[in-house]
Amino acid sequence: MTILTFTIILLLGAYLAGLAGSLTGLGGGVVIIPLLTLVFSVDIRYAIGAALVASIATSSGSASAYVKEGITNIRLGMFLEIATTMGAVGGAILAIYTPVNIVAILFGVMLIFSAAMTLRKKHEDALPEGSKLSYTLKLNSSYPSKDGPVEYKLKNIGGGFSIMTIAGVLSGLLGIGSGALKVLAMDTAMRVPFRVSTTTSNFMVGVTAAASAVVYLQRGYIDPGLAFPVIIGVLAGAYTGSKLLMRINVKSLKLIFSIAITMIALNMIYNGFYHKF
Amino acid sequence: MKSTENNSVTDYDMQQLIGTVLRYGVLLSGAVAIIGGVLYLVQKGAGIPDYTTFNGEPAGYTSLTGIINGLKSGSATEIIQLGVVILIATPIIRIGFSLVSFILEKDRLYVVITLIVLLIILFSMFGGLAV
Repeated sequence: MTILTFTIILLLGAYLAGLAGSLTGLGGGVVIIPLLTLVFSVDIRYAIGAALVASIATSSGSASAYVKEGITNIRLGMFLEIATTMGAVGGAILAIYTPVNIVAILFGVMLIFSAAMTLRKKHEDALPEGSKLSYTLKLNSSYPSKDGPVEYKLKNIGGGFSIMTIAGVLSGLLGIGSGALKVLAMDTAMRVPFRVSTTTSNFMVGVTAAASAVVYLQRGYIDPGLAFPVIIGVLAGAYTGSKLLMRINVKSLKLIFSIAITMIALNMIYNGFYHKF
Repeated sequence: MKSTENNSVTDYDMQQLIGTVLRYGVLLSGAVAIIGGVLYLVQKGAGIPDYTTFNGEPAGYTSLTGIINGLKSGSATEIIQLGVVILIATPIIRIGFSLVSFILEKDRLYVVITLIVLLIILFSMFGGLAV
């Protein structure tokens, strides 16, 4: 296989990754790592570099629209980015001491968790009363809807902040956006309404991934030959996904995608146990 | 500048500004990556890809000065790497714009919070974590 063929196949794969990632809300990085390691036998370190690039591309690309519509809670995102960037730097340091097969196993576990989170029902109702800290930190806000702005208040800020730190560590260690953990922190712990938690999570992924990407770039994990088809493919795929999202029912798609991802995850874990990385 | 003008900066202005920064950052990075990518395929398309063992990128691809020096020699892969750097810089520049907005909104708490995030990322960049 020549570089030309390899690039074209990778471009198509990245396009599908961006498409699936934006339709299901999992982001582009999740599919890029198994695609590169299992299909093309690329070393997992190069795959992590490419996945980070994919995560930043999808996050920034779609966040721009949500931010302008005023759905994203910028203060909440900014506050929680303290946790995720700290975690991401920690994860990038931890990566030096973590054998690659352990990284692969952790990645597989994280994939299964992400698949389960996709299918879980999220909170749509807004809390009428928030915790004391939510007022001090000015985290309560409102988002636009068909029936006018919806006010919401938050609770358990400390719990959400802690889960965000773990999300950051895993993001720095595995090169993914950890979108599923970010939604868990905001949805389950802090009770942020669904539309706000998904868009704010997506908004934060770019900064979180950038915090560890600056380290991985210096470590030589980011290869231009892999980065260029991944950036273009993922961006085009995410763009198509955002257009399709309005018109199709994603419920059955999410189920199919979750099953596929779980099978990929088991494959990664199996290969990790038998040191095939 | 009069203080009344400063107060007229609202969250809405910040949302529009941040949205625009993110959009143009991504578009610019994609455009640079396409230019570099096409040149790369013209130059190296017939070669054989080899990513099965990790050797790490050579020094010229891992720092901004290295990438700029590589650009001078017209290297296609360095153009792609410049696109990657623009992509990574986009969310970081977004934080910078948030900082300015919070200063103009006189939101001291969030000026401090934004500065903390910025410092963590600067530490990540220059903290010698590459080893």
